[in-house]
Amino acid sequence: MDILYLLIPLSTVLVLGIIGVFAWALHSGQFDDLEQHGTQILEADRAAVDRHQHPRTTVIEESPQGQSGF
Amino acid sequence: MVANAQPAAPITQPITYTDETVRGFALAAVLWGVVGMLVGVVIAAQLAFPDLTYGIPWLSYGRLRPLHTNAVIFAFGGCALFATSYHVVQRTCQVPLFLPWLAKFTFVGWNLVIVLAAITLPLGITQGKEYAELEWPIDLLIAVVWVAYAIVFFGTIGTRKVRHIYVANWFFGAFIIAVALLHIVNSAAMPVSLWKSYSAYAGVQDAMVQWWYGHNAVGFFLTAGFLGMMYYYIPKQAERPVYSYRLSIVHFWALIFTYMWAGPHHLHYTALPDWAQSIGMLFSLVLLAPSWGGMINGVMTLSGAWHKLRDDPILKFLIVALSFYGMSTFEGPMMSIKTVNALSHYTDWTIGHVHSGALGWVGFISMGSLYYLIPRMFGQTRMFSTKAIELHFWIATLGIVLYIAAMWIAGVMQGLMWRALNADGTLVYTFVESVKATWPFYMIRLIGGLLYLSGMLVMAWNVVMTARSGRPQASAIPRLVHA
Repeated sequence: MDILYLLIPLSTVLVLGIIGVFAWALHSGQFDDLEQHGTQILEADRAAVDRHQHPRTTVIEESPQGQSGF
Repeated sequence: MVANAQPAAPITQPITYTDETVRGFALAAVLWGVVGMLVGVVIAAQLAFPDLTYGIPWLSYGRLRPLHTNAVIFAFGGCALFATSYHVVQRTCQVPLFLPWLAKFTFVGWNLVIVLAAITLPLGITQGKEYAELEWPIDLLIAVVWVAYAIVFFGTIGTRKVRHIYVANWFFGAFIIAVALLHIVNSAAMPVSLWKSYSAYAGVQDAMVQWWYGHNAVGFFLTAGFLGMMYYYIPKQAERPVYSYRLSIVHFWALIFTYMWAGPHHLHYTALPDWAQSIGMLFSLVLLAPSWGGMINGVMTLSGAWHKLRDDPILKFLIVALSFYGMSTFEGPMMSIKTVNALSHYTDWTIGHVHSGALGWVGFISMGSLYYLIPRMFGQTRMFSTKAIELHFWIATLGIVLYIAAMWIAGVMQGLMWRALNADGTLVYTFVESVKATWPFYMIRLIGGLLYLSGMLVMAWNVVMTARSGRPQASAIPRLVHA
């Protein structure tokens, strides 16, 4: 199983890399105040509607899809 | 904290998102979806009717099967991932794509890869590694396109105007990095001519690298990438934030820390050392936890708004995709247990398991996301026909149920027939008897596949009508005003 001499170091380096990224994310405040980030993606488009920039393309559908038909 | 990284400069005309590439990839995903699923139906028919293609070599099962897997995974799934990741990263970072010309290059390059695959595989040009069949010149092109993809994606994140990196981008990012690594290591080969090469590894070493690649391709290409879609398009379509954002972060880190060593479960009872098989089984079982955490998180997003599921076929696609994700990620760890695997391995149960994940999870989450995305790429807010989406949903769901139920029954039956022994230790059944007994299930599977393909054709019609009734329009980037 010589292949393990490649795969184990490779996976170890990868895990160390992942730990590094995780540490960066923690220390740069990515995970401070987590709950509000979930709603932010919903508000992003509404901001566009407020500014009346091409509202046709950026408006969020207020009613569910079910009402349209052909 | 949400803040503009730089003070807003006065602008005379709004800066717009780079949606050309997103639009191209979204349409390509639908086109390749139809092609890939059609090839799937053809090979399903070949299993029931082996003489279907009159022995024409380049239409033989052995050549069309890799064409089918490549087309649905890398052409349909890949284009859907490119489209959605380019869309999501721009919307959540509030910036246009980094280097738009490079993004266009990824579109041209990736589709060139697909066309080359469609030519070389039927000609029998293959490396013979499952899900990595393409020969070395195409592998090099894939590597170049993938590096370009990484530059565009991470460049966009690097220039973001929103400080927080939304969880979907973490999933897309992990998918891009992991696939680059897997592809480069597994495709290492020594070319002997333009269209022939030999793997850098041999024997069981090659098998181990192959399934280290193969299972992580499932984990990062077919799971992490599509979870990125899930975490953006379900909240958007439901107009509710994800159930627990905190859990989504835990989901991400738990998944990527544990995935890498599940691969050996593809090599139970082979020349691979026993302890390596057991590690593969152990990691596979551990994976159940983050997978189900993510599934529950996605489904519970609709908590308190379940009525939306009744009226909105797009949400039906997205939520049913998650239930298939839950089913497959339960079934997978169970099948990785060595005693279960002794029954299931090499049977059609595996095919059923794969398609529960592929048709149910990957297919449905892509279709739901594309139904959200495509009208918005043509200046609309909804598809041309919502009834057609509803029709597509029910045809496809029925197709999946027929498909996987047939394969479950066939698989367990085959496993039991192959292991049945007479009192004197001889086999009760010959192999061909198990093939004969499987025939009705091949027919049911063919019908299931035909239904799923029909649903995709309905989608293609709906997409064409949506594109024709709208027109490509640039969307302005809103400036986040709240803190």
